[in-house]
Amino acid sequence: MDPINWHSFFFLLFGALTAVFAVAVVVTSNIVRMAFYLILSLGATAGLFFLAGADFVGAMQLMIYVGGTLVLLIFGVMLTAQGPFISMKTGGGEWVLATILGGALLGLLVKTAFSVEDWQGPAAVAHVEGEAEHPVVLPSQSPTSAPIGLGLLGVRTDKLDPTKAALAPGMAGYLLPFEIVSVHLLVVLVGAAYLARTKKRREA
Amino acid sequence: MDLLTQPVGVAHFMAIGAVLFVSGAVCMATKRNALGVLMGIELVLNGANLNFVALGSEYLRRDTAMSLGMDGHLIALFVIVLAAAEAAVALAITLNFYNNHSTVDVDRADDLRG
Repeated sequence: MDPINWHSFFFLLFGALTAVFAVAVVVTSNIVRMAFYLILSLGATAGLFFLAGADFVGAMQLMIYVGGTLVLLIFGVMLTAQGPFISMKTGGGEWVLATILGGALLGLLVKTAFSVEDWQGPAAVAHVEGEAEHPVVLPSQSPTSAPIGLGLLGVRTDKLDPTKAALAPGMAGYLLPFEIVSVHLLVVLVGAAYLARTKKRREA
Repeated sequence: MDLLTQPVGVAHFMAIGAVLFVSGAVCMATKRNALGVLMGIELVLNGANLNFVALGSEYLRRDTAMSLGMDGHLIALFVIVLAAAEAAVALAITLNFYNNHSTVDVDRADDLRG
C-alpha cells in the first residue's frame, strides 16, 4: 500500500467542495442560499489555486473575489430579496433540457482533458534502486508575488534568457494590458457610480 | 484508492474546472433571477481561471517546458480584476432595473421587444 499523497488528498478535498457547492448553486432556487454556496465554492477554488502553486493568485481570489465581488453580490441580493424574488422556480422542462445539455458538455470536457497524456500528472522519475517514484513537488520560485509584480511592469524574471531570439518579443511583460485594465477599472468605477444612483421611480 | 496515492495532474484540475463551467452555464440558462444569472457568470469565469492556473503550474504535467508559467498566473489575475468590474456594472444595471420595474425577473425585461 502506497503512502497517502497529501497533495492529492487536499486536491480531492478542495475539488469536492468546489464541485459540490457549484452544483448546489444551480440546484437550489433560494437566492440567499445560492449566494452562500457561491462563497463556499469560490473559497474552495482558492485552495485549489494554492495547490497548483499559484499562491499570489489564490490570495487575490480570496481578497478580491470572495472579499469584494461576492460581498457586492450579496448586497444586491439583500436589496432585491423581497417576497416573490427570494425563491424563483424554474420549469421542469427547462431542468430536463439543461441537465441533458450540461451533462453532455461535462462529459465532453472531462474526456478531452483526460485524453492528453502529458496532463495526467508529473512524470515518474527512476529512483536509484530502479523503482519509479514520483518527484517531490518543490516550488522553484516561491512566493510568486514579486515575479508577478515585475511581469505586470514589463520585466519577465522567469524568462530572462530566451533560447530563441525570434521568440524574444513575445516574452515581454504585461505593461500595456496592465494600463488598459487600470483605465478600464476607472471607467467602470465612474459608470457604476453613475448607474447606481437612485433616481426617482418611473411613473407607471 | 488510486487518486489518493498518485499525484494529480492538469487533467484533474480541468475536470473540476469543467464542473464549474457547466454549473455556471446551466445557472445562466435556467435562473430567472437576474442575480442568479450573475452568479452563473462568476462560476464560468472561475472555471476558466482554474484552467489557466493549472496550465501555468509546472508541477502538474510531464512536459514542464510547455507550461504557461507566469503567463497563466497573470491572465488569471486579469480575469479576477475584470470579473470584479463586470460584477459592479451588472449589479448597478440590475438595481436600476429593479428600481424601474420593481422586479428582478429577467423574463420581464422585454421592453425592447418589437
